[in-house]
Amino acid sequence: MPTLDVHYFAILREQRGLSQEKLTTAAATPAALYEELRSRHGFTLPGDRVRAAVNDAFVDAAAPLRDGDRIVFIPPVAGG
Amino acid sequence: MDTFRISSTPLDPAALQRTLGDVRAGACVTFEGWVRNRNDGHPVQSLEYEAYAVLAEAEGARILAEARSRFALIGAVAVHRVGHLQLGDLAVWVGVTAEHRGAAFDACRYIIDEAKARLPIWKKEHYVDGATVWINCATRGDHVGPTAVPPA
Repeated sequence: MPTLDVHYFAILREQRGLSQEKLTTAAATPAALYEELRSRHGFTLPGDRVRAAVNDAFVDAAAPLRDGDRIVFIPPVAGG
Repeated sequence: MDTFRISSTPLDPAALQRTLGDVRAGACVTFEGWVRNRNDGHPVQSLEYEAYAVLAEAEGARILAEARSRFALIGAVAVHRVGHLQLGDLAVWVGVTAEHRGAAFDACRYIIDEAKARLPIWKKEHYVDGATVWINCATRGDHVGPTAVPPA
């Protein structure tokens, strides 16, 4: 199973209780991984409101995840 | 060179504007985003900005490149703060130069509008009553108050 470098920001960082962790997971896409983490940690944001970036680029929710990828979950933005 | 930076220290608008100096430019348009005292009816005491800086700067650079391809620009610079800001603080600065004012106004508007929609930056508001809220992150069940724990 791939091992991923997972990063959290903002509300996800607060709800997870940390900003980064390494995970070994069978989840093959950002959507699947978020759903796994959401149900494990009780994240309030549903999957359809969270985007993902892999290796510092926005990706589709169904993008394939590979061993060693850095994945960042992106809650709804509010800059400016 | 066009840059979109994330800054953890206070912004210096005069210094930023000087970097755009160019005798080819007949127009310089700047935008300043300030921390205001109310949002959606709530009295704001302060707020925090957090960013995924690597992607915010890359996506910001893309927005400046798009502005350059749409409008006849000479220069464009933007900076967004992260950290804990007080009322009246400068949160974001955008500056654009062009030969003529039409392109400068339009590009400045485009850059701040796109930045607000796309950059991985998050805002946590601190209200006068002590409550805090991550903007745009409310979910059903939050109606009992911003700091209530959502139902399991």
